[in-house]
Amino acid sequence: MSLDKATVAKVANLARIRVEEEKLDPLAAELNAILGWVEQLGEVDTENVKPMTSVAEMQLRWRQDEITDGGYQEQVVANAPSKDEGFFAVPKVIE
Amino acid sequence: MTDLTRLTIADARDGLKAGTFSARELAAAHITAMDAARGLNAFITETPEKAVEAATASDEKLAKGEGGVMEGIPVAVKDLFCTKGVLTTAASHILDGFKPEYESTVTTNLWNAGAVMLGKVNLDEFAMGSSNETSYYGNVVNPWRRSEDDQPLVPGGSSGGSASAVASFSAMGATGTDTGGSIRQPAAFAGIVGMKPTYGRCSRWGVVAFASSLDQPGPMTRSVRDAAIMLEAMAGFDPKDSTSVDMVVPNFEAALTGDIRGMKIGIPKEYRLDGISSEISDLWDKGAAMLKEAGAEIVEISLPHTKYALPAYYIIAPAEASSNLARYDGVRYGLRVEGEDLADMYSRTRGEGFGEEVQRRLLIGTYALSAGYYDAYYLKAQKVRTRISDDFKEAFKTVDAILTPTAPSPAFAFGEKGDDPLAMYLNDVFTVPASLAGLPGISIPAGLSENGLPLGLQLLGRPFDEETVIRTAGVLEDAAGFDATPTDWWRG
Repeated sequence: MSLDKATVAKVANLARIRVEEEKLDPLAAELNAILGWVEQLGEVDTENVKPMTSVAEMQLRWRQDEITDGGYQEQVVANAPSKDEGFFAVPKVIE
Repeated sequence: MTDLTRLTIADARDGLKAGTFSARELAAAHITAMDAARGLNAFITETPEKAVEAATASDEKLAKGEGGVMEGIPVAVKDLFCTKGVLTTAASHILDGFKPEYESTVTTNLWNAGAVMLGKVNLDEFAMGSSNETSYYGNVVNPWRRSEDDQPLVPGGSSGGSASAVASFSAMGATGTDTGGSIRQPAAFAGIVGMKPTYGRCSRWGVVAFASSLDQPGPMTRSVRDAAIMLEAMAGFDPKDSTSVDMVVPNFEAALTGDIRGMKIGIPKEYRLDGISSEISDLWDKGAAMLKEAGAEIVEISLPHTKYALPAYYIIAPAEASSNLARYDGVRYGLRVEGEDLADMYSRTRGEGFGEEVQRRLLIGTYALSAGYYDAYYLKAQKVRTRISDDFKEAFKTVDAILTPTAPSPAFAFGEKGDDPLAMYLNDVFTVPASLAGLPGISIPAGLSENGLPLGLQLLGRPFDEETVIRTAGVLEDAAGFDATPTDWWRG
């Protein structure tokens, strides 16, 4: 599997990262070097091996579904680059 | 009076209790040291007023015979921990101006134990790096220099500011976070002790997330005893972190009995890498001999999947990061770069706000999780992770702890590995396997390289058996007798 320029552009779009056109080729080369090195994982026999999804052997805890926190709108939006009447403000999305 | 900054946390604790000096005097000495060490660029934000205020409160408690286990001890906080009302950057442009409205659990625990905050210390951007060269706030300089030249060296990473602050006697201890070696490797590079506890021991709540199944806070100090004291203050069950483990926090300091007779220490043969320098392998042999001398039995063990740990890590960590860092979009906090529309604003904000290494990892992670590649990369890496974890489980059936080098080399100069991400990733070859398995590990300074730089040895233990790791590390520390310190050239 090798990434070409178009694939890098597609992935960058999925990641919502603007990448300048002239940077796509060098990035493709870097990413290919990393992915090429990762290919060695193919040597490991993982037949019937379960993926590791929990580090400590534990069950996720259950808790009551109840409100324990909140009611401080001003604090929630305190760091927003743009806010209005206690809401986060973004550029218009509906024409 | 003796220089208060040279004391260990344990000594300072005793001096404060005895009234030999006050917490305010201790804070003042460290504020002076922190100022004098500005050339190292260890701190992103200094909070001397807060330190004096907290020290004053500590003095009042101490006068009444009260106070927590770290009462009056000045510490630095890695700038990945959210601190209420104090700039928190993750060393990234994208968090410009972010002042959290809340305090992380680990720092809350430290303040409750009486610790005094000196400031927030530098790191690799979002903790992604092994040399502290990816920070938006500039490189951190290692207080150590080679004997033959005065070229500035990296402090390791990602907790490079923590390492530099503690090694330069600017702080008595510092919080670090370890995802693939980010506490242990900089500790080794700076000649200090760094401990990553078992995953789940310290809460991740309020710590800026990098890779959630790997991230784990831990202490960085100048002695094993200090690490035990600080870890006890930091650790504890937290219902706000779903993977925090509900277990009693032991008195870690009490584990330092000095007795490791009959203990079995494993030496993994796969860590004898081709091309590893003789000074690293000699130090490793010496460390094993010291533990044997103290009455432990040295056993060769095999961790057959060791070589696959790094490639598995460099899929798993970026994949988790690509998900975690999706939150930085210019809407809720930090930098916003305006665009033609909402999507364009997101892309411009993230394109300008994230540095090169972070972008590289987000792209790898996004690719590894994208439709059609998920099984080949992410699922495969998660299965390899199971095999790596099983290797350790098998080994711990016969041994009580594992001894390895911490890093394949001493600290290197800036730019030395800059062009090749893969060369940089190899710094973590000895630390990443235990991260994937979630095991507790500690790095202690055990000797000097031929050119006068500190070298570390790493001890790993069973999950939630930090006590055995600490006990063994204490014995190794005593036997190694590492007492070298860098010359304080930075004071100018």
